[in-house]
Amino acid sequence: MTMGNDTQPSYLEYQGKHKGLAGWLLSTDHKRIGLLYLYAIIVFFFVAAFLGLLMRIELIAPGKTIMEPQTYNGLFTIHGIIMIFVIVIPGMAAVFGNFFLPIMIGARDVAFPKLNLFSWYLYITGALLGVLSQFIGNGPPDTGWTFYVPYSVESDTSVIWALTAAFILGFSSILTGLNFIVTIHRLRAPGMKWMRMPLFPWAIYATAWTQVLATPIIGITLLMVIAERVLNIGFFDPALGGDPLLYQHLFWIYSHPAVYIMILPAMGVVTEIFPTFSQKPVFGYTAIMISSLAIALVGYFVWGHHMFTAGMSYYARWFFSFLTFIVAIPSAIKVFNWISTMYGGSIDLKPPLLYAIAFIFLFMIGGFTGLVLGSLATNVQTHDTAFVVAHFHYIIFGGMGFAFFAGIHYWYPKMFGKMYNNRVANIAWGFNFIGFNLLYFPHFILGIQGMPRRSYDYLPQFHTGHFISTIGAFILIAGMLLMLFNFIRAGRRGIKAPANPWHGVTLEWKIPSPPPHENFEEIPEITSKPYFFGSSDKTKQ
Amino acid sequence: MTENHTHTEHIDSETGKLGMWIFLFTELFLFGGLFLVYAIFRAKYSADFHHGAAELNAFIGAINTVFLLISSMTVAGALTAMQKGDRRMTMLLLTVTLMLAALFLLNKYFEWSHKFEYHIWPGSPVLKNMPQGELLFFGLYYMMTGLHALHVIVGMVLLSINLVKVKAGTVNAGRYVILENSALYWHLVDLIWIFLFPLLYLIT
Repeated sequence: MTMGNDTQPSYLEYQGKHKGLAGWLLSTDHKRIGLLYLYAIIVFFFVAAFLGLLMRIELIAPGKTIMEPQTYNGLFTIHGIIMIFVIVIPGMAAVFGNFFLPIMIGARDVAFPKLNLFSWYLYITGALLGVLSQFIGNGPPDTGWTFYVPYSVESDTSVIWALTAAFILGFSSILTGLNFIVTIHRLRAPGMKWMRMPLFPWAIYATAWTQVLATPIIGITLLMVIAERVLNIGFFDPALGGDPLLYQHLFWIYSHPAVYIMILPAMGVVTEIFPTFSQKPVFGYTAIMISSLAIALVGYFVWGHHMFTAGMSYYARWFFSFLTFIVAIPSAIKVFNWISTMYGGSIDLKPPLLYAIAFIFLFMIGGFTGLVLGSLATNVQTHDTAFVVAHFHYIIFGGMGFAFFAGIHYWYPKMFGKMYNNRVANIAWGFNFIGFNLLYFPHFILGIQGMPRRSYDYLPQFHTGHFISTIGAFILIAGMLLMLFNFIRAGRRGIKAPANPWHGVTLEWKIPSPPPHENFEEIPEITSKPYFFGSSDKTKQ
Repeated sequence: MTENHTHTEHIDSETGKLGMWIFLFTELFLFGGLFLVYAIFRAKYSADFHHGAAELNAFIGAINTVFLLISSMTVAGALTAMQKGDRRMTMLLLTVTLMLAALFLLNKYFEWSHKFEYHIWPGSPVLKNMPQGELLFFGLYYMMTGLHALHVIVGMVLLSINLVKVKAGTVNAGRYVILENSALYWHLVDLIWIFLFPLLYLIT
């Protein structure tokens, strides 16, 4: 059953005021802007992933393999800056939020369509500036993505460019968040009360508030580092009376909530996938929605756990460690809800669900090792080791990355109106899952054994772990290329997707694939809670 | 929020204002970072901060405060005049607001030039020989007033755009959400100054 009219052209074919490429670059249609983000993110992702692969090749054996130490420093810095600021922070919210938030709440567009396009231009400017910083001035920045002082003030590489890039990207993120908050407040379809809103919009809502309230802090902090470099002001320089620890606090006041900016939309995406592929209402709607907000709220007050060894009072460390354990609770609630959603459902193990299940598995490993890092005693042993690298990548890539893959497999038929090949998608999933674990799991062991992070060279005893890890990197890259190939082939030669290939029940499945320019011919009237699967509903039996 | 209102096509004024208010919060957080840094260093170097503040001219600061307070009143008046449909009064009050803003910046210019005459600018040798607390005080002084001045300029651009639009009639008694949002922004510029003034000039 579709509410749309098939004679209306889809947003892909729609001819507005501008034609051709300009029809995309000047379009204020939220769906086209979502795709603009998607394409940009794919390009930057493969660039940064390739840089990561180069680092892994360097680390396959002790000593120099393919590059100089300074090149390695530049590589891990730009790998981090691109992956964090250009891909995972905007990623889910900008691509799926833009594309599906308005549709899922029954709106024709976001509240401020022009501002939305402006955010994309800010984003692309910041992203290009970040890449440009590699090639101008005195060589690539070598501070790591965290820009810790005093080194970020002293390093004579083009740190200022990278800082400016991060500042602009932050501004873009604020405007996107603002747009989504207002959209959710003002543009929900008639009858869609707050508690009738699907859970992906709820996740985006929690994310958007975090974006709006945390990002200005990193903005001013980056400005202070720029002021310190250019004007010699010395907020963070002990020689001038400043305090380098202050920088770390300010940086993490933003950058810890930023982790939740990354993971909340990811959780929202898999929350949509589990009910659809179990044909069963989501278990614990209210619990999932409240835990999203709780994560956003508590996530604000745990930043100190990045600094346990940096010099803080005993009570401050106790407090931050305690809250770190508290913030694990809402995440665990969600995991129980997802699993309970599958329990007793008609499970259809299609690629989106495979990725969503992999997400739970990897996210749990990342989450539990997060508790190892959040405990005061074990933190001292694992701080700044490869253990952190492994934990971080399990959360960011295993969590956010795999949720992104889940989301793109889930919504690809809707976005492009074509079906991809399930078999190839499953094989790519296998490569990705095995490659990922081979790549990052050895880092847990290496870290406990004492392998420091961001290190160009290592002792011979760490050779085996690094060797396995590099093999994993190649498998993972192969899997991701296969996945990309599958999508490109589907776009060219895939069979036409029906309006509702997965038998989903949220609003995006009630309009044609791909959606028409205006989304809905008539704005739907919402009369019940989401996730009602009708006669096939297992809970109704 | 009324349910039948939620799917209007154009940006209605409630939507526009909600967006603006959220944006203003982000501005408060931006300055909030600097206020936090101010609080920390003030606690650490309170004596030096007293000396630093004593060197600022509280009279010029007070004049500027008066300018901004009056300008906040005139911009609010401009909005009321627009709501009542009095276009000429709106344009007059907007012009007065812009002039007061320009006077504020002029004053700021003289104040900064005066500091430069004493060789007090960020990174200057004179400043580096001062106690560390004063060094940070002047660092904060330049950064906070500088960032604020930048906001004054942005506010002036916004108000000028409004002046043109009121003249052209695209902002009128039925559609004035841009004017209202710009006025809100201007109040924020005023509000931040009201905190900067005592923190930098008065607490000696």
